[in-house]
Amino acid sequence: MAEIVLDGVRKSYGKVEVIKGVDWKINDGEFVVIVGPSGCGKSTLLRMIAGLEAITAGEISIGDTVVNDLEPSERNIAMVFQNYALYPHMSVYQNMAYGLKIKKIPKDEIDKRVQRAAEILELEEYLDRPPRQLSGGQRQRVAMGRAIVRQPAVFLFDEPLSNLDAKLRVQMRLEIKKLQEDLGITSVYVTHDQVEAMTLGHRLAVLNGGVVEQLGTPIEVYEKPATVFVAGFIGSPSMNLLEARLDEAGAFVVLAGGAKIALPSPLGEYGGRDVTFGVRPEHLEDKGKGANNLQLSLNVRVVEQLGADTLVHGTLGENGAELVARLDGIRTLSQGHVLELNMAAKSIHLFDGKTGRRLG
Amino acid sequence: MLKRVHFGTSILPFLLVAPQIIITLVFFIWPASQALYQSLLIEDAFGLSREFVWFENFIDLAGNGLYFDTFRRTAFFSVTVAGIAMASALVLAAMADRIIKGALTYRTLLIWPYAVAPVVAGALWVFMFDPTLGIFAYALNIIGVDWNHKLSGDQAMALVVMASAWKQIAYNFLFFIAAMQSIPKSLIEAAAIDGAGPVKRFFTIIFPLITPTTFFLLVVNVVYAFFDTFGIIHAVTQGGPAKATEILVYKVFNDGFVGLDLGGSAAQSVILMIIVIALTVIQFRYIEKKVEYS
Repeated sequence: MAEIVLDGVRKSYGKVEVIKGVDWKINDGEFVVIVGPSGCGKSTLLRMIAGLEAITAGEISIGDTVVNDLEPSERNIAMVFQNYALYPHMSVYQNMAYGLKIKKIPKDEIDKRVQRAAEILELEEYLDRPPRQLSGGQRQRVAMGRAIVRQPAVFLFDEPLSNLDAKLRVQMRLEIKKLQEDLGITSVYVTHDQVEAMTLGHRLAVLNGGVVEQLGTPIEVYEKPATVFVAGFIGSPSMNLLEARLDEAGAFVVLAGGAKIALPSPLGEYGGRDVTFGVRPEHLEDKGKGANNLQLSLNVRVVEQLGADTLVHGTLGENGAELVARLDGIRTLSQGHVLELNMAAKSIHLFDGKTGRRLG
Repeated sequence: MLKRVHFGTSILPFLLVAPQIIITLVFFIWPASQALYQSLLIEDAFGLSREFVWFENFIDLAGNGLYFDTFRRTAFFSVTVAGIAMASALVLAAMADRIIKGALTYRTLLIWPYAVAPVVAGALWVFMFDPTLGIFAYALNIIGVDWNHKLSGDQAMALVVMASAWKQIAYNFLFFIAAMQSIPKSLIEAAAIDGAGPVKRFFTIIFPLITPTTFFLLVVNVVYAFFDTFGIIHAVTQGGPAKATEILVYKVFNDGFVGLDLGGSAAQSVILMIIVIALTVIQFRYIEKKVEYS
């Protein structure tokens, strides 16, 4: 049980800075997910907390101890790796007991902990098998078991589900969430998967180019993305982001195609600026639904039927900006059809054209 | 059921494997069968007459105490050479696996001895340990060791063992380091998080995972010590002093080409062939069971 505090943490490889100053506090028992595109430094950040990468500047503390100069084994953490990193020459039991044996914990205590972990993870009948005889999901569970038996202060997960097939991933996702809730151990989880990011954690950190773009609950991040990057990264299909301009009074957004959208509350101080206008595909609805709506007309280009809903790709007007709408149910629309769409005023997002920061 | 690829009958496949078959026949099968045949003959030293004597050459060897001494010597020699060569290579590889800066230079330098011809390697060691000229002999003299491998059989044995092992270290090193680098890094990291220090990690994770390589090298090193050390021994001691460094393969040469007992020498080489085949079979049958292939 411990909180993790990062204070101005930086990492450089030679002249290339990959983590450009991260400050945050992860509360005791909290589950934080780090999400970002590949190469954004999310794994590096996790490995720095684990002690597998040295820190160039700043300070990391776990509990009340500054761990900058501590070995991974002294940080009281457990880590689950993407490729599970099970010891191939040891049985499942030995894999879980390895760390405890090194700590010189008495044999019967080791046995008790391993049996308990096996029970939680439903691995009892596999304890004598080598990892190569297990399926991907079972290996994943052994890796978790190895983390649990150590009774660490902090769990670190490095994309633990990315080697599993889609169905297993859903199942293991639920198991990890449940396990973390039951054990109440502070956890940091790195992923590039949207759904894992949204569903698993109490809080979500969106990392881009070594900078935390936003840290908040998943719903906050979804509803009020702090930057254009976060807006485009979280949500699938991703948010429609269009080049636009505010009129001088800041009352209308003028899209590149000429379409004008009235703002629910004018942004006078930003009048005349270049902005990025965003609306999520799922917030575009058929005309006539809802009240106080803003309108768009979409020239249909491609229609993707997903069963539960339909993705309509098209352009604003004849040759305007491209846009995607996600409509309920099954629609049959032909190319060239003009679709009249509404959106709720509260569901539009505006970002500064230069800095990419959220306006209003 | 495996899928088989069918080609139309053509002479091309036969032509393509022909060079390999011809080389095997000319350089391996033919000499081996010549040796087999010759081991059943007694020939005079000038090659003017020969007599077919069945297994007399083998019976002579069986009753020869000196031959059994050579046997014991060879066993000692190969075990020490293989042991020293593998153990030192393992230590060097474990070190090299951990360093990052200058790793390439370090590795390249370690691989060099493999490119040195056995006789040249032998000449180097002879020179360094020469009782009157050698730098090492001089150094040993200072610390009170009276080094003269031309008189002391034990010292001569130590010298050929060192020279032979030294030459094989490079080869072993290359395989060990390749094996260590194929171990996923995350395994080592997981062990580090589990609290295992570098030494503990080596013995509980790295060493068990490279057993296939270790086993392969064991077979190769034993065969090396049996056969390929001839050049080194020839350059360093010529089997002396008083046969103290004469191993089986050297005795084959000595009896055949110096003593001109061609039949007896052929019989010895047949026995040597059988021993190496037997050793390899034993290694595969019994030691391989302890090997963990993942």
